[in-house]
Amino acid sequence: MDTNTDVQIITGNYATALGAKLSRVQVIAAYPITPQSPATEALSQFVEKGALKAEYVTVESEHSAMGVCIAASTVGARAFTATSANGLAYMCEQLHWAAGSRLPIVLACVNRAMAAPWSVLNDQQDSISQRDAGWIQIYARDNQEILDSIIQAYRIAETVHVPAMVCYDGYVLSHTVMPVEVPSQQKVDEFLPPYRPHTPIDPSTPVNLNLVTLANPRPNADGVLCHGYMEFRYLLQQALETCLDTVAEVDREYGAAFGRSYGGTHWSYCLDDADLVLVAMGSVASEATVAVDQLRQRGHKAGLLGLRLYRPFPKRDVVSALKDAGLVVVFDKNISYGYAGATCSDIKAALYDSDVRTPVHNYIVGLGGRDVKARELADAAERSLRWVEDGRPHKETEWLNCHI
Amino acid sequence: MHTIDCGHICGVSSPSIGEAGRTGDWRESRPVIDHEKCIPSKRNRPSCFLCWLYCPEAVVKKSIPVEIDLEYCKGCGICAAECPAGAITMVAEGSPDAG
Repeated sequence: MDTNTDVQIITGNYATALGAKLSRVQVIAAYPITPQSPATEALSQFVEKGALKAEYVTVESEHSAMGVCIAASTVGARAFTATSANGLAYMCEQLHWAAGSRLPIVLACVNRAMAAPWSVLNDQQDSISQRDAGWIQIYARDNQEILDSIIQAYRIAETVHVPAMVCYDGYVLSHTVMPVEVPSQQKVDEFLPPYRPHTPIDPSTPVNLNLVTLANPRPNADGVLCHGYMEFRYLLQQALETCLDTVAEVDREYGAAFGRSYGGTHWSYCLDDADLVLVAMGSVASEATVAVDQLRQRGHKAGLLGLRLYRPFPKRDVVSALKDAGLVVVFDKNISYGYAGATCSDIKAALYDSDVRTPVHNYIVGLGGRDVKARELADAAERSLRWVEDGRPHKETEWLNCHI
Repeated sequence: MHTIDCGHICGVSSPSIGEAGRTGDWRESRPVIDHEKCIPSKRNRPSCFLCWLYCPEAVVKKSIPVEIDLEYCKGCGICAAECPAGAITMVAEGSPDAG
């Protein structure tokens, strides 16, 4: 055990603040929103006390917060922000701008239900709704993973030049205290080198950035053939695909340096001999480990696949983890309205590109903070098992604990 | 035709003439200057140049007489609207008056 580390009993939000501090963020711009506020309050206190040498920019909106982060990251500063729900939605336009500019900003998304109707409680609709913005999305399942993932996210983002969200469930993690091992600054410095922008800008040689880019490639003033719009988007897609390996590699290196790793793109519980596989993301996946124990006690060979990375989607890993399953049950704390849970749709799409033809059932759970117990997850999985045993492999998406 | 050699991962260019392409081919009508009416031409000194000042594309040369770079002029007509001497007329491209 490293004697330079200390264990603190802290909330997920405080773990975020410590993760950003240890990453030596240089510019923080954030607008307070429940349940994110304590994370940025802690960071502003670090700056105020002189414990963190960073510029804390108070802004009038989340749109401006991301705008400040984009400017800071462009000129070579490591930038950080955090938000939730409608705040993230208000950033939407700038999220696309950050990804298209290929800026390695890290954002902590404290998952909260989207209004209307107004809610401050947890589900994952906010970050899932930003799925196609071109950001990396990591979902943490406890406070230790939040701190470690913030540090990892900078390494990943700065390697592939793509911004990253570290998502964690509001209140369930953000306001709940757990023991968290806080690594030493020296060790984090060894793991995370200073940020270098991909396109340094210098007043002595002015450039236009992200100018109007026409559909087709064309030569610049020096006669060099430059990308058109589609080539830039292809590069972003390519970077995100490469990122699957980067996430796994960075997590392995982190494990070697700090003694903790999280499976990279995904993790599992009792999966090796499992016939009935539960799939979930974030804190509901932690809850599902207890459901797996209960299902095993009831005589079922149950296991769990926990998704840690949602974008890029770890298609190969998912297929590999589910290839021997007799039944897959996916719990989504989100819904793509008019269709199904977002992770379930992606899992089905991944399996369709393989030889695996396992039935996949989908349950929508915990929207707007609706409680979901491990026993209820286990009951739902058992219900799906009976459904399949009755000769009906396919089942419509079911809303768990919806009392309509 | 490959673009990967430009080495860019985000849109970047140097400020230079024509960096947005040959914008002159967007034009539906072109500014035609009557130098008899143009104030700098008449007085033979830089006494107006409002067309140079207002042109959003910087295609008016501050010379006597003023010259418009039709390679990049988009034909917006702001110079004609601003000219206090009424020396600039917008003429439809392809018409005999377009020259």
